[in-house]
Amino acid sequence: MKEIFRHVRALAVASLLMPGIALAQTAAAAPTPDKGDTAWMLMSTALVLLMSVPALGLFYGGLVRTKNMLSVLMQVFVVFSLISVLWCIYGYSLAFTEGNAFIGGGSRLFLDGTFNPADGSFSLGATFSKGTPMYELVFVAFQATFAAITVCLILGAIVERVKFSAVLIFAVIWFTFSYLPVAHMVWFWAGPDAYVDAAKASAANATAGYIWQMGALDFAGGTVVHINAGVAGLVGAFVLGKRLGYGREAIKPHSLTMTMIGASLLWFGWFGFNAGSALEANGTAGLAFINTYLATACAVLSWTFAEWLLKGKPSMLGAASGAVAGLVAITPAAGNVGIPGAFAIGALAGLICLWGVTGLKRLIKADDALDVFGVHALGGICGALLTGVFNSPSLGGPGSVQDWVKMTTGYPGMWEQLLIQAKAVGITVAWTAVVAFVAFKIADKLVGLRVSEEDEREGLDITSHGESAYDL
Amino acid sequence: MKLMTAIIRPFKLDEVREALSEIGVSGITVTEVKGFGRQKGHTELYRGAEYAVDFLPKLKLECAVPEAQVEMALEGLVKAARTGKIGDGKVFVQSLERTVRIRTGELDDDAL
Repeated sequence: MKEIFRHVRALAVASLLMPGIALAQTAAAAPTPDKGDTAWMLMSTALVLLMSVPALGLFYGGLVRTKNMLSVLMQVFVVFSLISVLWCIYGYSLAFTEGNAFIGGGSRLFLDGTFNPADGSFSLGATFSKGTPMYELVFVAFQATFAAITVCLILGAIVERVKFSAVLIFAVIWFTFSYLPVAHMVWFWAGPDAYVDAAKASAANATAGYIWQMGALDFAGGTVVHINAGVAGLVGAFVLGKRLGYGREAIKPHSLTMTMIGASLLWFGWFGFNAGSALEANGTAGLAFINTYLATACAVLSWTFAEWLLKGKPSMLGAASGAVAGLVAITPAAGNVGIPGAFAIGALAGLICLWGVTGLKRLIKADDALDVFGVHALGGICGALLTGVFNSPSLGGPGSVQDWVKMTTGYPGMWEQLLIQAKAVGITVAWTAVVAFVAFKIADKLVGLRVSEEDEREGLDITSHGESAYDL
Repeated sequence: MKLMTAIIRPFKLDEVREALSEIGVSGITVTEVKGFGRQKGHTELYRGAEYAVDFLPKLKLECAVPEAQVEMALEGLVKAARTGKIGDGKVFVQSLERTVRIRTGELDDDAL
């Protein structure tokens, strides 16, 4: 009896409020960002920042000699800041607004239009679900951390000899002419809400980036981040030349403890990088999260056991390198493959990258000091291609959205998808190689790429920065 | 007076110090050093780069002893530092011309 009474009263209250509810519904026709999604993306952004400072700094810093520790930390710290500033001035606009298939436009210079002080409203951007927008400023911040870490990754190839001013000049040029176009080509699209019917869909498709239009899958940056940076690093290693004493003197890591801490913090931060790339706190984010977790653990094991078998001892540096290799390879795949894909991609990445820093490195004959090519480019290529394979529903993958109007998923076929992935890889490799070469040459002309021989012997901490890392 | 310079395994330091104290040696100076002898080094592998580490960490002990103590000190030191495996080290004994205790100005045997 009580139950019924309550029910009746609720109805009465509802009918009283009816006009108000109807009014609210018309006003709420434009969907607002979900608070849970917003919280998750803010957290993810901070996690990706952690990947650069301190994680990448420590991972790289531990691998150089004591005399160059601070130079590495300093290069990472300042390049990260420099790119973050450039991102807010013009980077975001050129990467993520409508322009042509290769580069965006100028409508968001200085983040213009993202916040309206007159009415306190924020502009909205797209996610991967219809009617589920996100605050554009949150997306700006999230993507800023991606751009900034990508340029920092390159540094590993050229440390212990590069001039600090040359690093900054290179960073500006490469970021502008390689990172921004590649990010636009791979990731820019109008968002699912633009795909209302067939006609509007093809119009929306025409505005998307070149590689996106091809149907390439890159969940969190296999091409944009890792291949882009890894190849640029190799070019840098060739242009700069080898470190003094390379191949003759012992150039040993000064603290693998730091490297282990760095690798572990990278793993932690990478959850923001990969699971955050779902742009929503949903099942795809969960899939990307477990894949990031699992593939990394697989790569640690495969690298460790292969090294144990082939070289006699399982090393801490090997385990830490395996973790990074697995993280890199699962990046393009994170939300695009199922659990079988994570097992396979992680295990293969550990083996392939181990070869990358040993056998392949001897073939290439460049002093890629911290193996940016062997781990990031090779791991990225491996991940990008295998994403095409393990995206297949027959291998446990989720497929991809084929029709954004009806939001139906499918899979074009293994060879078809693999070919698309290979094209995306090829375009990225060629693009970044050319831009990196030109950027290093310009920096060389302007200030010279390398420090003097005397300074290199003394160490960059003292000669470039006037301080030393440890007073033991 | 003799100056004894011994190169020993680092983990043998405490035993050697105890042995010398028992004999009445009143002070030793220890330095961390690296060197090579008959004991082979090892190789270290960092990803693709392999380095041979020829110089191994040892401790260098120096102690000045009066003539009367030399034989006993030498015997005690060698006994305490020995493991029987390659790499136990060496002892060098040299004659010592003068010794001064800085605080008091005492000379030679009095300064030991």
